[in-house]
Amino acid sequence: MAKVRVLVGTKKGAFILTADGKRSRWKVSGPHFGGWEVYHLKGSPVNPECLYTSQSLDWFGQVIQRSDDGGKTWGQPGTPPGESVTPKEGMPQGRSNKFVYDESAATGKPLTTHQWYDGTPHPWEFKRVWHLEPSLSDPDTVYAGVEDAALFQSTDGGESWQELPGLRGHATASQWAPGAGGLCLHTILQDPDRHRMFIAISAAGVFRSGDDGKTWQPANQGLHSNYMPDPTAEIGHCVHRIAMHPSRPDVLFMQKHWDVMRSDNAGDSWYEISGDLPSDFGFPIEVHPHEPDTVYVIPITSDSEHYPPEGKLRVYRSRTGGNEWEPLTKGLPQQDCYVNVLRDATAVDTLEPCGLYFGTTGGQVYASADEGGSWTPIIQNLPRVLSVEVQTWR
Amino acid sequence: MAVIRVELPAHLRALAHIDEEVQLDVREPVTQRTVLDALEAGHPAVTGTIRDHVTGRRRPYLRFYACREDLSHHSPDAPLPDAVISGKEPLLIIGAIAGG
Repeated sequence: MAKVRVLVGTKKGAFILTADGKRSRWKVSGPHFGGWEVYHLKGSPVNPECLYTSQSLDWFGQVIQRSDDGGKTWGQPGTPPGESVTPKEGMPQGRSNKFVYDESAATGKPLTTHQWYDGTPHPWEFKRVWHLEPSLSDPDTVYAGVEDAALFQSTDGGESWQELPGLRGHATASQWAPGAGGLCLHTILQDPDRHRMFIAISAAGVFRSGDDGKTWQPANQGLHSNYMPDPTAEIGHCVHRIAMHPSRPDVLFMQKHWDVMRSDNAGDSWYEISGDLPSDFGFPIEVHPHEPDTVYVIPITSDSEHYPPEGKLRVYRSRTGGNEWEPLTKGLPQQDCYVNVLRDATAVDTLEPCGLYFGTTGGQVYASADEGGSWTPIIQNLPRVLSVEVQTWR
Repeated sequence: MAVIRVELPAHLRALAHIDEEVQLDVREPVTQRTVLDALEAGHPAVTGTIRDHVTGRRRPYLRFYACREDLSHHSPDAPLPDAVISGKEPLLIIGAIAGG
Protein backbone atom coordinates (compact mmCIF):
# COMPACT_ATOMS: atom_id res chain seq x y z
CA MET A 1 0.00 0.00 0.00
CA ALA A 2 1.29 3.42 -0.92
CA LYS A 3 2.01 5.97 1.76
CA VAL A 4 1.36 9.68 1.50
CA ARG A 5 2.91 12.49 3.50
CA VAL A 6 1.70 16.08 3.18
CA LEU A 7 4.10 18.76 4.43
CA VAL A 8 2.43 22.00 5.47
CA GLY A 9 4.30 25.20 6.28
CA THR A 10 2.34 27.86 8.13
CA LYS A 11 2.72 31.27 9.72
CA LYS A 12 3.20 29.61 13.12
CA GLY A 13 4.91 26.30 12.49
CA ALA A 14 4.91 23.17 10.33
CA PHE A 15 2.49 20.27 10.26
CA ILE A 16 2.88 16.82 8.75
CA LEU A 17 -0.17 14.85 7.66
CA THR A 18 0.11 11.19 6.76
CA ALA A 19 -2.25 8.69 5.18
CA ASP A 20 -2.24 5.52 3.16
CA GLY A 21 -2.86 5.44 -0.57
CA LYS A 22 -6.63 5.76 -0.13
CA ARG A 23 -5.99 9.25 1.26
CA SER A 24 -9.15 9.18 3.35
CA ARG A 25 -7.90 9.07 6.95
CA TRP A 26 -5.17 11.48 7.99
CA LYS A 27 -2.93 11.57 11.00
CA VAL A 28 -1.58 14.97 12.05
CA SER A 29 1.83 15.66 13.53
CA GLY A 30 2.80 19.13 14.75
CA PRO A 31 3.23 21.91 15.25
CA HIS A 32 6.91 21.53 14.49
CA PHE A 33 8.94 24.71 15.12
CA GLY A 34 5.88 26.21 16.84
CA GLY A 35 5.68 29.99 16.55
CA TRP A 36 8.11 30.22 13.62
CA GLU A 37 7.14 31.16 10.11
CA VAL A 38 7.76 28.07 8.03
CA TYR A 39 7.87 29.30 4.46
CA HIS A 40 8.62 25.89 3.01
CA LEU A 41 9.51 22.31 3.73
CA LYS A 42 10.19 19.67 1.15
CA GLY A 43 11.47 16.11 0.93
CA SER A 44 14.19 14.66 -1.23
CA PRO A 45 12.84 12.81 -4.28
CA VAL A 46 15.71 10.35 -3.80
CA ASN A 47 15.20 9.67 -0.10
CA PRO A 48 11.69 10.53 1.16
CA GLU A 49 12.83 10.33 4.77
CA CYS A 50 15.13 13.28 4.17
CA LEU A 51 13.24 16.55 4.65
CA TYR A 52 14.46 20.13 4.63
CA THR A 53 12.65 23.05 6.18
CA SER A 54 13.02 26.82 6.19
CA GLN A 55 11.91 28.54 9.40
CA SER A 56 12.35 32.23 10.03
CA LEU A 57 11.24 35.09 12.21
CA ASP A 58 11.95 38.80 12.02
CA TRP A 59 13.36 38.50 15.54
CA PHE A 60 15.88 35.72 14.97
CA GLY A 61 16.48 35.48 11.23
CA GLN A 62 16.78 32.29 9.22
CA VAL A 63 17.11 28.72 10.47
CA ILE A 64 17.43 25.63 8.28
CA GLN A 65 16.53 22.25 9.73
CA ARG A 66 16.77 18.75 8.33
CA SER A 67 15.10 15.50 9.26
CA ASP A 68 16.36 12.06 8.30
CA ASP A 69 13.37 10.17 9.66
CA GLY A 70 10.47 11.70 7.76
CA GLY A 71 9.91 14.56 10.18
CA LYS A 72 9.89 12.69 13.49
CA THR A 73 13.06 14.47 14.63
CA TRP A 74 14.82 17.55 13.33
CA GLY A 75 18.18 19.17 13.68
CA GLN A 76 20.25 21.94 12.21
CA PRO A 77 22.59 20.30 9.69
CA GLY A 78 26.03 19.98 11.21
CA THR A 79 24.81 20.76 14.73
CA PRO A 80 23.85 17.72 16.80
CA PRO A 81 20.53 18.43 18.54
CA GLY A 82 20.67 19.10 22.25
CA GLU A 83 24.42 18.95 22.54
CA SER A 84 26.85 21.66 23.33
CA VAL A 85 29.62 21.58 20.81
CA THR A 86 33.13 22.65 21.57
CA PRO A 87 34.20 24.43 18.42
CA LYS A 88 37.39 23.50 16.70
CA GLU A 89 39.84 26.32 16.36
CA GLY A 90 38.79 28.54 13.52
CA MET A 91 35.76 26.42 12.73
CA PRO A 92 32.81 28.60 11.68
CA GLN A 93 29.66 27.88 13.62
CA GLY A 94 26.02 27.91 12.61
CA ARG A 95 26.94 27.63 8.97
CA SER A 96 23.67 25.94 8.10
CA ASN A 97 21.82 29.21 8.71
CA LYS A 98 24.34 31.41 7.00
CA PHE A 99 23.42 32.79 3.58
CA VAL A 100 26.04 35.25 2.40
CA TYR A 101 25.87 36.87 -1.01
CA ASP A 102 28.89 36.15 -3.15
CA GLU A 103 31.01 39.26 -3.52
CA SER A 104 34.16 37.47 -4.58
CA ALA A 105 36.32 38.94 -7.28
CA ALA A 106 36.53 35.51 -8.88
CA THR A 107 32.92 35.67 -10.00
CA GLY A 108 33.37 39.13 -11.43
CA LYS A 109 30.00 40.02 -9.97
CA PRO A 110 30.44 42.36 -7.05
CA LEU A 111 27.40 43.10 -4.95
CA THR A 112 25.42 45.97 -6.40
CA THR A 113 21.96 47.27 -5.63
CA HIS A 114 18.49 46.39 -6.84
CA GLN A 115 15.56 48.74 -7.21
CA TRP A 116 13.38 49.57 -4.24
CA TYR A 117 9.61 50.03 -4.55
CA ASP A 118 10.09 53.71 -5.36
CA GLY A 119 12.68 53.02 -8.05
CA THR A 120 15.69 54.07 -5.99
CA PRO A 121 18.75 51.82 -5.56
CA HIS A 122 18.58 49.54 -2.53
CA PRO A 123 21.32 47.32 -1.11
CA TRP A 124 20.88 43.56 -1.24
CA GLU A 125 19.85 42.23 2.15
CA PHE A 126 19.26 38.58 2.95
CA LYS A 127 15.92 38.16 4.67
CA ARG A 128 14.77 34.55 4.43
CA VAL A 129 14.61 31.36 2.40
CA TRP A 130 11.33 31.17 0.52
CA HIS A 131 11.77 27.84 -1.19
CA LEU A 132 13.92 24.74 -0.81
CA GLU A 133 14.31 22.44 -3.80
CA PRO A 134 16.15 19.18 -3.14
CA SER A 135 18.12 17.72 -6.01
CA LEU A 136 16.49 15.05 -8.17
CA SER A 137 19.52 12.79 -7.81
CA ASP A 138 21.33 13.50 -4.52
CA PRO A 139 19.65 13.90 -1.12
CA ASP A 140 22.54 16.02 0.15
CA THR A 141 22.22 18.58 -2.62
CA VAL A 142 19.51 21.18 -2.23
CA TYR A 143 18.80 24.57 -3.74
CA ALA A 144 17.40 27.55 -1.85
CA GLY A 145 15.55 30.49 -3.34
CA VAL A 146 15.89 33.48 -1.06
CA GLU A 147 14.80 37.08 -0.45
CA ASP A 148 16.44 39.38 -1.58
CA ALA A 149 16.38 37.30 -4.73
CA ALA A 150 19.27 34.92 -5.17
CA LEU A 151 19.86 31.21 -5.65
CA PHE A 152 21.95 29.26 -3.14
CA GLN A 153 23.11 25.66 -3.22
CA SER A 154 24.21 23.21 -0.56
CA THR A 155 26.04 20.02 -1.48
CA ASP A 156 26.60 18.83 2.08
CA GLY A 157 23.09 18.21 3.25
CA GLY A 158 22.42 21.79 4.28
CA GLU A 159 25.50 22.26 6.46
CA SER A 160 26.73 25.15 4.34
CA TRP A 161 25.36 27.26 1.52
CA GLN A 162 27.01 28.94 -1.43
CA GLU A 163 25.39 31.38 -3.79
CA LEU A 164 25.21 30.52 -7.48
CA PRO A 165 26.24 34.06 -8.30
CA GLY A 166 25.66 34.04 -12.02
CA LEU A 167 21.97 34.73 -11.48
CA ARG A 168 22.18 37.80 -9.26
CA GLY A 169 25.20 38.85 -11.25
CA HIS A 170 23.12 39.12 -14.40
CA ALA A 171 23.37 42.53 -16.02
CA THR A 172 19.72 43.28 -15.31
CA ALA A 173 19.90 42.62 -11.55
CA SER A 174 20.22 46.27 -10.63
CA GLN A 175 16.77 46.77 -12.20
CA TRP A 176 15.01 43.98 -10.29
CA ALA A 177 12.35 45.30 -7.94
CA PRO A 178 10.33 43.63 -5.19
CA GLY A 179 6.72 42.55 -5.47
CA ALA A 180 4.35 43.13 -2.58
CA GLY A 181 5.84 40.19 -0.71
CA GLY A 182 9.44 41.23 -1.25
CA LEU A 183 12.09 40.54 -3.89
CA CYS A 184 11.86 36.79 -3.62
CA LEU A 185 13.11 33.84 -5.63
CA HIS A 186 10.20 31.44 -5.10
CA THR A 187 10.29 28.81 -7.85
CA ILE A 188 13.08 26.42 -8.85
CA LEU A 189 12.55 23.86 -11.61
CA GLN A 190 15.20 21.28 -12.47
CA ASP A 191 15.80 19.61 -15.83
CA PRO A 192 19.10 17.84 -15.15
CA ASP A 193 19.14 15.79 -18.38
CA ARG A 194 19.68 19.04 -20.27
CA HIS A 195 21.66 20.71 -17.46
CA ARG A 196 18.80 23.21 -17.38
CA MET A 197 17.21 25.07 -14.53
CA PHE A 198 14.41 27.60 -14.43
CA ILE A 199 13.78 30.01 -11.62
CA ALA A 200 11.17 32.72 -11.08
CA ILE A 201 11.48 35.94 -9.13
CA SER A 202 8.82 38.39 -8.03
CA ALA A 203 9.09 40.87 -9.61
CA ALA A 204 11.86 40.21 -12.09
CA GLY A 205 10.46 37.27 -14.04
CA VAL A 206 11.72 33.90 -15.29
CA PHE A 207 15.40 33.11 -15.79
CA ARG A 208 16.82 30.02 -17.48
CA SER A 209 20.20 28.38 -17.11
CA GLY A 210 21.61 25.84 -19.54
CA ASP A 211 24.71 25.04 -17.52
CA ASP A 212 23.36 23.84 -14.16
CA GLY A 213 22.99 27.31 -12.74
CA LYS A 214 26.29 28.91 -13.65
CA THR A 215 24.92 31.46 -16.11
CA TRP A 216 21.40 32.72 -16.64
CA GLN A 217 19.27 34.49 -19.20
CA PRO A 218 15.85 36.13 -18.83
CA ALA A 219 13.04 34.10 -20.40
CA ASN A 220 10.13 36.52 -20.46
CA GLN A 221 9.38 37.21 -24.10
CA GLY A 222 5.63 37.36 -24.66
CA LEU A 223 4.78 38.47 -21.14
CA HIS A 224 2.79 41.68 -20.84
CA SER A 225 2.56 43.56 -17.54
CA ASN A 226 0.70 46.85 -17.44
CA TYR A 227 2.29 47.98 -14.17
CA MET A 228 5.65 48.43 -15.92
CA PRO A 229 6.73 51.50 -17.91
CA ASP A 230 7.41 49.15 -20.81
CA PRO A 231 4.83 46.35 -20.45
CA THR A 232 6.89 43.94 -22.56
CA ALA A 233 10.31 44.68 -21.05
CA GLU A 234 12.89 41.92 -20.76
CA ILE A 235 12.59 41.83 -16.95
CA GLY A 236 10.31 43.18 -14.25
CA HIS A 237 7.34 40.83 -14.60
CA CYS A 238 5.73 39.58 -11.41
CA VAL A 239 5.69 35.86 -12.15
CA HIS A 240 3.88 34.09 -9.34
CA ARG A 241 4.67 30.50 -10.24
CA ILE A 242 5.86 28.28 -13.08
CA ALA A 243 5.34 24.54 -13.50
CA MET A 244 6.66 21.84 -15.78
CA HIS A 245 5.93 18.18 -16.45
CA PRO A 246 9.22 16.24 -16.27
CA SER A 247 8.41 14.23 -19.39
CA ARG A 248 8.00 17.39 -21.45
CA PRO A 249 10.48 19.93 -20.10
CA ASP A 250 10.17 22.33 -23.01
CA VAL A 251 6.57 23.07 -22.03
CA LEU A 252 6.17 25.48 -19.15
CA PHE A 253 3.04 26.84 -17.53
CA MET A 254 2.92 30.14 -15.64
CA GLN A 255 0.57 31.91 -13.28
CA LYS A 256 1.57 35.54 -13.52
CA HIS A 257 0.38 38.48 -11.43
CA TRP A 258 -2.29 38.71 -14.12
CA ASP A 259 -2.48 36.15 -16.97
CA VAL A 260 -2.01 32.40 -17.18
CA MET A 261 0.73 31.71 -19.73
CA ARG A 262 2.36 28.84 -21.57
CA SER A 263 5.67 28.32 -23.34
CA ASP A 264 6.33 25.48 -25.77
CA ASN A 265 10.00 26.28 -26.25
CA ALA A 266 11.47 26.23 -22.75
CA GLY A 267 10.73 29.86 -22.09
CA ASP A 268 11.99 31.36 -25.35
CA SER A 269 8.51 32.81 -25.77
CA TRP A 270 5.17 32.72 -23.94
CA TYR A 271 1.54 32.96 -24.99
CA GLU A 272 -1.60 33.46 -22.96
CA ILE A 273 -3.90 30.55 -22.10
CA SER A 274 -6.22 32.27 -19.63
CA GLY A 275 -9.18 31.51 -21.94
CA ASP A 276 -12.48 31.31 -20.08
CA LEU A 277 -11.19 31.59 -16.51
CA PRO A 278 -13.32 33.87 -14.29
CA SER A 279 -10.10 35.71 -13.34
CA ASP A 280 -6.59 35.21 -14.63
CA PHE A 281 -5.06 36.54 -11.41
CA GLY A 282 -3.82 33.93 -8.98
CA PHE A 283 -0.75 32.46 -7.37
CA PRO A 284 -0.18 28.68 -7.83
CA ILE A 285 -0.22 26.52 -10.94
CA GLU A 286 0.22 22.75 -11.14
CA VAL A 287 0.56 20.13 -13.86
CA HIS A 288 -1.10 16.72 -13.62
CA PRO A 289 1.60 14.12 -12.91
CA HIS A 290 0.38 11.70 -15.59
CA GLU A 291 -1.20 14.05 -18.15
CA PRO A 292 1.22 16.77 -19.28
CA ASP A 293 -1.57 18.82 -20.86
CA THR A 294 -3.75 18.89 -17.75
CA VAL A 295 -3.18 22.01 -15.69
CA TYR A 296 -4.71 23.37 -12.49
CA VAL A 297 -5.05 26.97 -11.26
CA ILE A 298 -7.00 28.66 -8.46
CA PRO A 299 -8.35 32.01 -9.68
CA ILE A 300 -8.28 34.98 -7.30
CA THR A 301 -10.38 38.08 -7.85
CA SER A 302 -7.65 40.67 -8.44
CA ASP A 303 -4.35 42.06 -7.27
CA SER A 304 -6.19 44.22 -4.76
CA GLU A 305 -8.76 41.59 -3.71
CA HIS A 306 -6.89 38.46 -2.74
CA TYR A 307 -9.89 36.13 -2.44
CA PRO A 308 -11.86 33.94 -4.84
CA PRO A 309 -14.29 35.55 -7.30
CA GLU A 310 -17.86 35.67 -5.95
CA GLY A 311 -16.73 34.15 -2.67
CA LYS A 312 -16.58 30.72 -4.34
CA LEU A 313 -13.44 28.67 -3.84
CA ARG A 314 -12.88 26.94 -7.17
CA VAL A 315 -9.99 25.00 -8.62
CA TYR A 316 -9.97 25.23 -12.40
CA ARG A 317 -8.66 22.42 -14.56
CA SER A 318 -7.74 22.49 -18.22
CA ARG A 319 -7.30 19.16 -19.99
CA THR A 320 -6.28 20.91 -23.19
CA GLY A 321 -3.13 22.64 -22.07
CA GLY A 322 -4.99 25.88 -21.39
CA ASN A 323 -7.72 28.18 -22.71
CA GLU A 324 -10.59 25.78 -21.91
CA TRP A 325 -11.11 25.50 -18.17
CA GLU A 326 -13.64 23.68 -15.99
CA PRO A 327 -14.43 24.58 -12.39
CA LEU A 328 -13.89 21.90 -9.76
CA THR A 329 -16.14 22.73 -6.83
CA LYS A 330 -17.39 19.55 -5.19
CA GLY A 331 -16.56 19.76 -1.49
CA LEU A 332 -15.22 23.32 -1.68
CA PRO A 333 -17.09 26.28 -0.12
CA GLN A 334 -19.24 27.96 -2.74
CA GLN A 335 -20.37 30.96 -0.78
CA ASP A 336 -18.83 33.49 1.60
CA CYS A 337 -15.30 32.19 1.12
CA TYR A 338 -12.60 34.88 1.19
CA VAL A 339 -9.35 33.01 1.67
CA ASN A 340 -6.31 33.11 -0.58
CA VAL A 341 -4.08 30.27 -1.80
CA LEU A 342 -0.43 31.29 -1.90
CA ARG A 343 2.06 30.38 -4.62
CA ASP A 344 3.76 27.51 -2.80
CA ALA A 345 0.58 26.16 -1.21
CA THR A 346 -0.48 23.55 -3.79
CA ALA A 347 0.87 20.10 -4.55
CA VAL A 348 0.07 17.01 -6.61
CA ASP A 349 0.93 13.44 -5.75
CA THR A 350 1.90 10.74 -8.23
CA LEU A 351 -0.61 8.04 -7.31
CA GLU A 352 -3.25 6.72 -9.71
CA PRO A 353 -5.60 8.56 -9.73
CA CYS A 354 -3.47 11.49 -8.72
CA GLY A 355 -4.17 13.51 -5.60
CA LEU A 356 -4.20 17.27 -5.30
CA TYR A 357 -3.71 19.38 -2.21
CA PHE A 358 -3.87 23.04 -1.36
CA GLY A 359 -3.73 25.14 1.77
CA THR A 360 -5.45 28.46 2.38
CA THR A 361 -4.70 31.62 4.26
CA GLY A 362 -7.67 30.64 6.45
CA GLY A 363 -5.85 27.55 7.70
CA GLN A 364 -7.63 24.81 5.76
CA VAL A 365 -5.85 22.15 3.77
CA TYR A 366 -8.06 20.60 1.10
CA ALA A 367 -7.28 17.30 -0.59
CA SER A 368 -8.68 15.51 -3.60
CA ALA A 369 -7.97 11.83 -4.21
CA ASP A 370 -9.64 11.86 -7.63
CA GLU A 371 -7.72 14.40 -9.71
CA GLY A 372 -9.76 17.31 -8.40
CA GLY A 373 -13.21 15.78 -8.92
CA SER A 374 -14.07 16.10 -5.24
CA TRP A 375 -12.42 17.73 -2.26
CA THR A 376 -12.26 17.25 1.49
CA PRO A 377 -10.67 19.45 4.14
CA ILE A 378 -8.10 17.19 5.75
CA ILE A 379 -7.35 19.78 8.45
CA GLN A 380 -9.23 23.00 9.04
CA ASN A 381 -7.89 25.27 11.73
CA LEU A 382 -4.22 25.80 11.07
CA PRO A 383 -2.49 29.16 11.00
CA ARG A 384 -2.20 30.85 7.59
CA VAL A 385 -0.83 28.20 5.22
CA LEU A 386 2.31 29.29 3.40
CA SER A 387 3.30 26.07 1.62
CA VAL A 388 2.11 22.55 0.86
CA GLU A 389 4.17 19.68 -0.51
CA VAL A 390 3.34 15.99 -0.86
CA GLN A 391 5.41 12.83 -0.94
CA THR A 392 4.34 9.33 -1.93
CA TRP A 393 6.19 6.05 -1.66
CA ARG A 394 5.60 2.34 -1.12
CA MET B 1 37.03 33.38 33.93
CA ALA B 2 33.59 34.57 35.02
CA VAL B 3 30.41 32.51 35.12
CA ILE B 4 27.74 34.56 33.38
CA ARG B 5 24.02 33.85 33.53
CA VAL B 6 22.05 34.48 30.33
CA GLU B 7 18.30 34.26 29.81
CA LEU B 8 17.19 33.58 26.23
CA PRO B 9 13.80 34.03 24.54
CA ALA B 10 11.67 30.88 24.41
CA HIS B 11 12.24 30.33 20.69
CA LEU B 12 16.01 30.29 21.16
CA ARG B 13 15.81 28.03 24.21
CA ALA B 14 13.87 25.59 22.02
CA LEU B 15 16.46 25.81 19.24
CA ALA B 16 19.31 25.17 21.66
CA HIS B 17 17.40 22.56 23.67
CA ILE B 18 17.81 24.63 26.84
CA ASP B 19 15.16 24.51 29.56
CA GLU B 20 16.20 27.40 31.75
CA GLU B 21 18.86 30.09 31.89
CA VAL B 22 22.32 29.38 30.49
CA GLN B 23 25.49 29.59 32.54
CA LEU B 24 28.55 30.41 30.49
CA ASP B 25 32.23 30.51 31.29
CA VAL B 26 33.39 33.81 29.82
CA ARG B 27 36.94 35.09 29.64
CA GLU B 28 37.43 38.67 30.77
CA PRO B 29 36.69 41.30 29.75
CA VAL B 30 33.03 40.36 30.09
CA THR B 31 31.19 42.27 27.39
CA GLN B 32 28.19 41.68 25.17
CA ARG B 33 30.57 40.43 22.50
CA THR B 34 32.47 37.96 24.70
CA VAL B 35 29.26 36.64 26.25
CA LEU B 36 27.70 36.08 22.83
CA ASP B 37 30.92 34.48 21.58
CA ALA B 38 30.75 32.03 24.47
CA LEU B 39 27.04 31.42 23.95
CA GLU B 40 27.49 30.65 20.25
CA ALA B 41 30.49 28.45 20.91
CA GLY B 42 28.60 26.37 23.43
CA HIS B 43 25.27 26.42 21.64
CA PRO B 44 25.93 26.79 17.90
CA ALA B 45 22.24 26.26 17.12
CA VAL B 46 21.61 29.89 18.07
CA THR B 47 24.50 31.30 16.05
CA GLY B 48 23.21 34.08 13.85
CA THR B 49 19.89 34.37 15.63
CA ILE B 50 20.93 37.13 18.06
CA ARG B 51 23.42 38.99 15.90
CA ASP B 52 23.52 38.96 12.14
CA HIS B 53 25.84 36.40 10.54
CA VAL B 54 27.48 38.95 8.29
CA THR B 55 27.42 42.29 10.11
CA GLY B 56 27.72 40.88 13.62
CA ARG B 57 25.20 43.47 14.78
CA ARG B 58 22.37 42.80 17.21
CA ARG B 59 19.18 41.91 15.36
CA PRO B 60 16.86 44.90 15.51
CA TYR B 61 13.98 43.09 17.22
CA LEU B 62 16.16 41.91 20.10
CA ARG B 63 17.16 43.88 23.19
CA PHE B 64 19.77 43.33 25.90
CA TYR B 65 18.72 44.16 29.46
CA ALA B 66 20.46 43.74 32.83
CA CYS B 67 20.04 45.23 36.28
CA ARG B 68 16.91 47.10 35.15
CA GLU B 69 18.90 48.86 32.43
CA ASP B 70 18.63 48.71 28.66
CA LEU B 71 22.10 47.85 27.38
CA SER B 72 21.01 47.39 23.78
CA HIS B 73 22.73 50.50 22.51
CA HIS B 74 25.88 50.18 24.57
CA SER B 75 29.05 49.28 22.75
CA PRO B 76 29.37 45.50 22.31
CA ASP B 77 32.83 45.87 23.80
CA ALA B 78 31.76 47.79 26.91
CA PRO B 79 32.07 45.87 30.18
CA LEU B 80 28.78 44.47 31.47
CA PRO B 81 27.56 45.61 34.92
CA ASP B 82 29.41 44.22 37.93
CA ALA B 83 26.30 42.36 39.08
CA VAL B 84 26.28 40.44 35.80
CA ILE B 85 29.99 39.69 35.98
CA SER B 86 29.64 38.44 39.56
CA GLY B 87 26.72 36.22 38.59
CA LYS B 88 24.27 38.01 40.82
CA GLU B 89 22.17 39.18 37.88
CA PRO B 90 21.55 37.58 34.46
CA LEU B 91 21.96 39.21 31.08
CA LEU B 92 18.47 39.19 29.60
CA ILE B 93 18.07 38.77 25.84
CA ILE B 94 14.52 39.86 25.09
CA GLY B 95 12.43 39.74 21.93
CA ALA B 96 10.81 43.10 21.25
CA ILE B 97 7.06 43.09 21.79
CA ALA B 98 5.93 43.58 18.22
CA GLY B 99 3.32 41.80 16.19
CA GLY B 100 0.93 39.15 17.40
